[in-house]
Amino acid sequence: MIIVDKLYKGFNGIQVLKGISTTFKPGKTSLIIGQSGSGKTVFLKSLIGLHTPESGTISFNGGINTEFTTEQKRQWRQEIGMVFQGSALFDSQTVQENVMFPLKMFKKQSEEQMLERVNFVLKRVNLENSNSKFPAELSGGMQKRVAIARAIVMNPKYLFCDEPNSGLDPNTAILIDDLIQEITDEYQITTVINTHDMNSVMQIGDKIVFLKDGVKAWEGTNKEVFKTDNEAVVKFVYSSELFKKVRLAYLNETK
Amino acid sequence: MTYLKHIGKYFMMLGQVFKRPQKGRVFKEALFKEFDELGIKSIGIVIFISFFIGGVIALQTALNIENPLIPKYLVGFATKRSVILEFAPTFCSIILAGKVGSYITSSIGSMRVSEQIDALEVMGINSLNYLVLPKVLATVFFYPFLIILAMFLGIFGGWVAGFTSSMFSEIDYTQGLQLDFNPFLVQYALIKTLIFAFLIATVPSYHGYYVKGGSIAVGKASTQAVVWTIILIVISNYFLTQMLLT
Repeated sequence: MIIVDKLYKGFNGIQVLKGISTTFKPGKTSLIIGQSGSGKTVFLKSLIGLHTPESGTISFNGGINTEFTTEQKRQWRQEIGMVFQGSALFDSQTVQENVMFPLKMFKKQSEEQMLERVNFVLKRVNLENSNSKFPAELSGGMQKRVAIARAIVMNPKYLFCDEPNSGLDPNTAILIDDLIQEITDEYQITTVINTHDMNSVMQIGDKIVFLKDGVKAWEGTNKEVFKTDNEAVVKFVYSSELFKKVRLAYLNETK
Repeated sequence: MTYLKHIGKYFMMLGQVFKRPQKGRVFKEALFKEFDELGIKSIGIVIFISFFIGGVIALQTALNIENPLIPKYLVGFATKRSVILEFAPTFCSIILAGKVGSYITSSIGSMRVSEQIDALEVMGINSLNYLVLPKVLATVFFYPFLIILAMFLGIFGGWVAGFTSSMFSEIDYTQGLQLDFNPFLVQYALIKTLIFAFLIATVPSYHGYYVKGGSIAVGKASTQAVVWTIILIVISNYFLTQMLLT
């Protein structure tokens, strides 16, 4: 479980995160939503330790990440899988080398054992027979799947995804959402996703945290998001006519 | 103040670079890759440039010796001195700063803007050590061989120039090469090369690693890296000459 307590972070005198507190539970997919500039990426990067909070704490199963010893930090890093917005695959390495990289760095395994694990996770993300391809030879959706494979190859306890659907067509976006949801359920991972994608909100949001100007303006489940009367959430989530109709239909159905 | 900030940041970067690699096998792979990228792939340009520049030095020296009282073997002597003292270590390093420096900055810079460095950090990898140390070791160990090659080819280029132009004889040229040969000058050139190789690897790495923005920022950083590396090579050349030869 991840517990965030009164998290503050700013840059050059501008406060980006203003006292965010929330929790993320294992086996659940939590979504961070909010307008551009609301602090989502800074929040996610603070969770994975790329930004150090000015004040406040982030604890992972009881241990506060900024207070970890070097060894604890090394261990914690291996428990984290991250899917970056642009996939962040190493362009000079093949799919197999990309996915095998964390194993090579941290596991004392033979080449065969590592290859077996790589093939297993690539199969899990439906990417068999792509081992020798380079990232530039893959479509956006395939790159995202390789990034997911690389993120889960070490059996992480925590999976973080920054805009996993950005730049993907709706079908592929749904496939990626489903894949993340399945992996979360299967391995009981604590998954936190930054997204703008309202389909994801409706489909996989076990928990939704809405950020506005660096403050947690609302949180709830994807069912509760239909019923909320929080003006900022309604304005953001139901900005399109389609989603307004979906909400209306849901509310009529559940009356 | 900005310059001081950069200097401080550069030395702090070096502190992270010179740490024990996290995994020997991965580090060895990266090191051999850099030997190929930064060393082997630079052999062609060094051969081409040193051969022709050696020829030009010999021809120009011969053209400027009109007085019959000046012995013809001076062409070989001057070519040898120019090539060993300055052309091979300094001129070749400047050429390599352009070729290799821009490659290092753009490759590390692209990794920065496409979040590949963040990905390494999230995995718990010391990205500076992983990315920069193999480059430093590859240049520092390989460039002395490149510079020795440049010395031989520069002198050979001068010999070929004399042979093809008939402006000086092979015997005079060889006599000039053998005249007053001081092995310390080769040592001096190699000491300079080590310092220049270190600068060629670390200054562009610094510019690439701390780049902010997108592809235009990477392009600008590459240009800046090459300019600063050349400036630092020229300045350190002056001080090293003063320290080692005077």
